[in-house]
Amino acid sequence: MKTSFIILLIMLEGSANGLVAQHLPAKQPEMVIIPAGKYFPLFLDDEPTNLDSFLMDRLPVTNEDFNHFVTENPQWAKASVKRLFADENYLKHWDDKKPFGPHPAEAAVVNVSWFAALKYCECQGKRLPTTAEWEYAAEAGRNRPDGKNEPGFYNLLLEFMSEPLPEKLPPAGTTLLNYYGVWDIHGVVFEWTYDFNSALTTGESRADTGSGNALFCGGGSLQTRDPANYAAFLRHAMRTSLKAKNTVKSLGFRCVKDLKIENSR
Amino acid sequence: MATKYQRLLLNFVAFTAIVLNSCKSEPKHDQSAIGRVHNITEIKGEERAILTSPPFVPPPITRTYATKVIVDLEIIEQEMEIADGVTYMFWTFGGTVPGSFIRIREGDFVEFHLKNHPDNKLPHNIDLHAVTGQGGGAEATFIAPGYEATFNFTALNPGLFVYHCATAPVGMHIANGMYGLILVEPKEGLPEVDKEFYVMQGDFYTEGNYGESGLQAFDMNKAIKEQADYVIFNGKVGALTAENSLKASAGETVRLFVGNGGPNLVSSFHVIGEVFDNVYMEGGSLKNHDIQTTLIPAGGSAITEFKVEVPGNFILVDHSIFRAFNKGALGILAVDGEENKKIYSGKSEPGIYQPSAESVKSKNKTREIVSITPEQQLAAGEKLYQVNCAACHLADGKGVAGVFPPVASSDFIAKNPEKAIGAVVNGLTGEITVNGVKYNSVMPKQALTDAEVAAVLNYVYTKMNASETRVTAEQVSKIRK
Repeated sequence: MKTSFIILLIMLEGSANGLVAQHLPAKQPEMVIIPAGKYFPLFLDDEPTNLDSFLMDRLPVTNEDFNHFVTENPQWAKASVKRLFADENYLKHWDDKKPFGPHPAEAAVVNVSWFAALKYCECQGKRLPTTAEWEYAAEAGRNRPDGKNEPGFYNLLLEFMSEPLPEKLPPAGTTLLNYYGVWDIHGVVFEWTYDFNSALTTGESRADTGSGNALFCGGGSLQTRDPANYAAFLRHAMRTSLKAKNTVKSLGFRCVKDLKIENSR
Repeated sequence: MATKYQRLLLNFVAFTAIVLNSCKSEPKHDQSAIGRVHNITEIKGEERAILTSPPFVPPPITRTYATKVIVDLEIIEQEMEIADGVTYMFWTFGGTVPGSFIRIREGDFVEFHLKNHPDNKLPHNIDLHAVTGQGGGAEATFIAPGYEATFNFTALNPGLFVYHCATAPVGMHIANGMYGLILVEPKEGLPEVDKEFYVMQGDFYTEGNYGESGLQAFDMNKAIKEQADYVIFNGKVGALTAENSLKASAGETVRLFVGNGGPNLVSSFHVIGEVFDNVYMEGGSLKNHDIQTTLIPAGGSAITEFKVEVPGNFILVDHSIFRAFNKGALGILAVDGEENKKIYSGKSEPGIYQPSAESVKSKNKTREIVSITPEQQLAAGEKLYQVNCAACHLADGKGVAGVFPPVASSDFIAKNPEKAIGAVVNGLTGEITVNGVKYNSVMPKQALTDAEVAAVLNYVYTKMNASETRVTAEQVSKIRK
């Protein structure tokens, strides 16, 4: 395991130049490695997930990034997107006069549907993270992989949640940097995941079966692994409130990629 | 009814027998019967519910039939004052805490629209305790920011019900102010009264302690430990005092719709100087009489009715009284009009609850006032006054005659600066005379620094007494025991 890790780092270093985003200091790779591990879902009746190592975007996808995508794929432009794939508020903040409304080009893109996020990642040769992958990466604090044991970390996340959505979103890569080198996974906007709504669609998609029930009432917290992780509850609630064509002012995304390792054994 | 009778008319033989029979069974439903399916009746017409912000209540329902009622409720997350100079990020139903008051009639068919404003950050929903069905509507109304949900229900049971957001983590949503009341009026209506008001208690958990200024974030640990910094009526310290007091005239009948959003604390609701003639216990159909204090559970309610016989300031409190003195659970029902000496002489000495514990001198150095201009000192003094003094002496300093002496236009204050300082830093016990009225009660010493005492007294002297007297921190220090 250790040796393959070193090999990976070398591989990344080698390919970094081609991947560097414009606003990142040179040599900073666009993606970082999230090492293999086990994700324990918030609810006890959900099985833990074993995760292989994967690559995650260091930054959320920005307005600028998304604009490139839209230019190359005009079927995803604000004016021409199919209502089936994105509702009326798709890219609502984008404007003819001011390209990205109040937000800077380097800020996380919001008001995008799941379909659009999925397609964007696909076009980059990447994919949307599963909820397990996203949450696993988000468990990291600033200085250690288990943020829950970092003093003040949970409180910091709740402070973020308590703050109103800023009129002008900050540029990506300026809020919180976590242990794995991932920026802004906490602190600015929520992010789409591949299986965002699965908590409510397990079993017979009714709230009285499966884990979705736990989202609504206090009693449900008895079935949770970490009832103090309020920020995670808020994220779960956000995800489960969504439909794939929805577009929300406080919701963006980032992509991940599998690590294909040959001869890793 | 009409069609039923028409049909009966066709059968003349059975007519008298059945009408007599229906006279026995129709008038009132059996209160003890289990199940309210009889409330699923014919729906006539359609109307839009009038929603009101606290402390106001929509007008009584005069309809004698069930109708379709359309309710539009908008969720707004916004920063508002929780006390003077202190703000909090509230999550609200309709832009207020508590949320808009909804009034419908037993048997009404409600079409409920819940709208989550696009500027909001989080998904929300609503659980109305008046609803019979999955989650009280919670599941049906769970929506992301920028979306609207609709569901329907029939109001089977009459009563005063709490509604609240039930999105995980539910405690945080409630702690941020997401609750309100929906009244399902019984078919026969409620007795007519002169004044109706909407009062709802809630407990709040902030990073800073009570009164610490600026935007205060929600403190999860305090909420879990149930250590509230604020226990307040209608979402703000002072929401029902001074110019915001509830108003009535002697001789009027008053009905208070009182709710308790929690999230944690149970309210011992009491109005100082009044006895509730009627209490609809827990907001249901059972009426109790001659009640002093009624218990209102978190997520529950009560309807209280009484006649204000004499003028005065009647103070609404949670009689878990430290909450009233130290956490904000105070409101005032100001009654004007003719005195009635038979009922209340106005001369006897009213008893007063005397908190025994002495406040610890504040060690919070950030509140120390050093080298500031007189204007800054006055501004600081006003805030300190509102946080520390207004609960008893009232925001305008006029006090409550016979109970809390006035500090505005007060001969006691004007003549005795040293006694005024002494009262603040050392407390004051025993009889004093202020503007010719005798007071015999206890003022606990206040947890203020020397500079803060100087600031608050200079505010009192300048703004409330038009006096040239000025107090310095050094003077305060000398008098402090």
